[in-house]
Amino acid sequence: MKQSVFTIQENTPLTRDVMKMVLLGDTSAITAPGQFVNIRLAGRFLRRPISVCDWDGKTLTLIYKVVGHGTAQMKAMVPGEKLDLLTGLGNGYDLSVAGDHPLLIGGGVGVPPMYGLAKALIQAGKAVQVILGFNTWEECFYEEAFQALGCAVTVTTVDGSYGTKGFVTDALPEHYTHFYACGPEPMLKAVHASTATSGQLSFEERMGCGFGACMGCSCKTLTGYKRICKEGPVMRKEEIAW
Amino acid sequence: MVNTKVTLCGIQLDNPVIPASGTFGYGYEFAELYDINCLGTFSFKGTTKDPRFGNPTPRIAECPAGMINAVGLQNPGVDQVIREELPKLKKVFHKPVMANVSGFSIEDYAYTCARLDQEEQVGWLEVNISCPNVHGGGMSFGTSPQAAGEVTRAVKAVTTKPVIVKLSPNVTDIVSIAKACEEAGADGLSLINTLLGMRIDIARRRPVIANTMGGFSGSAIFPVAVRMVYQVAQAVKIPVVGIGGVSTAEDVIEMMMAGATAVQVGAANLTDPFVCRDIVEELPRAMARYKIQDLSQIIGGIQLWEKT
Ligand SMILES: Cc1cc2nc3c(=O)[nH]c(=O)nc-3n(C[C@H](O)[C@H](O)[C@H](O)COP(=O)(O)OP(=O)(O)OC[C@H]3O[C@@H](n4cnc5c(N)ncnc54)[C@H](O)[C@@H]3O)c2cc1C
Ligand SMILES: Cc1cc2nc3c(=O)[nH]c(=O)nc-3n(C[C@H](O)[C@H](O)[C@H](O)COP(=O)(O)O)c2cc1C
Ligand code: FES
Repeated sequence: MKQSVFTIQENTPLTRDVMKMVLLGDTSAITAPGQFVNIRLAGRFLRRPISVCDWDGKTLTLIYKVVGHGTAQMKAMVPGEKLDLLTGLGNGYDLSVAGDHPLLIGGGVGVPPMYGLAKALIQAGKAVQVILGFNTWEECFYEEAFQALGCAVTVTTVDGSYGTKGFVTDALPEHYTHFYACGPEPMLKAVHASTATSGQLSFEERMGCGFGACMGCSCKTLTGYKRICKEGPVMRKEEIAW
Repeated sequence: MVNTKVTLCGIQLDNPVIPASGTFGYGYEFAELYDINCLGTFSFKGTTKDPRFGNPTPRIAECPAGMINAVGLQNPGVDQVIREELPKLKKVFHKPVMANVSGFSIEDYAYTCARLDQEEQVGWLEVNISCPNVHGGGMSFGTSPQAAGEVTRAVKAVTTKPVIVKLSPNVTDIVSIAKACEEAGADGLSLINTLLGMRIDIARRRPVIANTMGGFSGSAIFPVAVRMVYQVAQAVKIPVVGIGGVSTAEDVIEMMMAGATAVQVGAANLTDPFVCRDIVEELPRAMARYKIQDLSQIIGGIQLWEKT
């Protein structure tokens, strides 16, 4: 983990309430896709956890949905403004067990961490299939970005206004070697129940610190108590106790 | 050169800055970030006789200038703390540590304190009496002078190290509890623990925290803490450790002027993991700004306004 100040390079809307923020700064503590950062915002006591969508030697991309006071404050920020971040938080996804044809499943703002993961898997020579689930056409984002990486992308919308009508589980392919999922808990549950292979799922919880100090984010798993911020947010399918 | 040293119940501290229990784990998460030997000491996570998972989540709610937690004393239990956590800590922290203990019966407290008292690394026992007494209808030990005195006596009877009793602010008269602990043999007092608080998610019409209520702490409670430290320090002869909303070197000085011999920093560690290191570094500069030579000389050193 590292604490450092980043400079906003870009903060643009992807949909009505989902924003993409590109930050310039020290990304050296980020070691795996699926990790998150914890953002200090002026006037807010607690930091805001947001997944790493993509990163390189000096830039970090976050995609966030405006849902409350803190994210509204982020939306109002402009390039050049600075943010204090804790980086390199959480375990991230394990790429070593992906197999040749991994399946990536993202729902809503669970889509962003799948992007960094897809990029890393493609670099490792895997054939990556992606399912992106949204409620409706207006909420869809990043389909082209995944296609540009070379992924086979399926989009589902609950109301059928775009792509396959239904949930991500209505679009599961026949064949895949391992799955990775991030999204709202009902989606994770459905994915857990409908997938045939081993997999990894990423969870959310209200956090006090984000780096393992407060026990605010604990959960029970079949392999013992875990802190979502430290031993998570990524859990193995086999260890999850619903 | 200014002097930041203070003596707490017979043990000298390089400085009065102490991360508070529950916000610093068993130390080693922070030892990865900076050399925690710069601290006066730290108080480790509230430890109980048996392992505890704690409360269901969500356990955390944000507040203006603070937070509510309902962790519910999640800890691995005293056996594992002695077997695993303390040896791990020994590698990164070379000063006496403050052992924070919780319990749900008088016997629990005595057992856990007696075990930790044997550990060479432990300098002080900090007895958190804000826990519900399962044999006393669930009322917290810290809300009755009698129960607080009983816990103190039971712990003192089975230990050799200084016993600091940590007081709850959720009482009508904290001075009477403080005096009861002093009479029962406490070597020191620390205060305040969290204030009982609650937040409601108005969109969902339900409490933010699964446990409905939780402990409120952070900068917002600083004035309440200063007031209670002042009242208690006026009324007892044993040293007082000031806790509540501290996040700067100036806050440390203010708490000490109110009567605290040492000062703990809680929730601030969670939002700024380097805050205690920064306070330790800033303290000599802040002392110079306020023309303080020797920090121990300012304890309780304020002049009240004249009554007209
Ligand atoms: C590991 C992790 C990764 C995340 N990644 C993303 C992401 O990539 N994109 C994205 O849009 N969102 C993500 N979230 C959710 C995001 O943290 C919340 O939407 C955000 O904190 C809301 O802040 P607010 O001030 O706007 O909302 P408010 O409701 O005003 O916030 C009040 C408090 O509740 C907390 N809170 C509210 N909702 C959540 C939530 N869903 N999870 C955790 N804490 C919450 C806030 O952090 C704050 O402390 C992630 C959460 C976690 C735990
Ligand atoms: C997440 C969290 C966990 C805590 N756990 C304990 C505990 O185990 N034992 C204890 O005596 N106090 C515990 N406390 C209380 C703090 O030690 C401290 O008394 C209180 O938070 C007030 O200080 P602050 O305003 O600086 O946070 C906890 C506080 C927080 C925020
Ligand atoms: S949020 Fe503090 S331990 Fe996970």
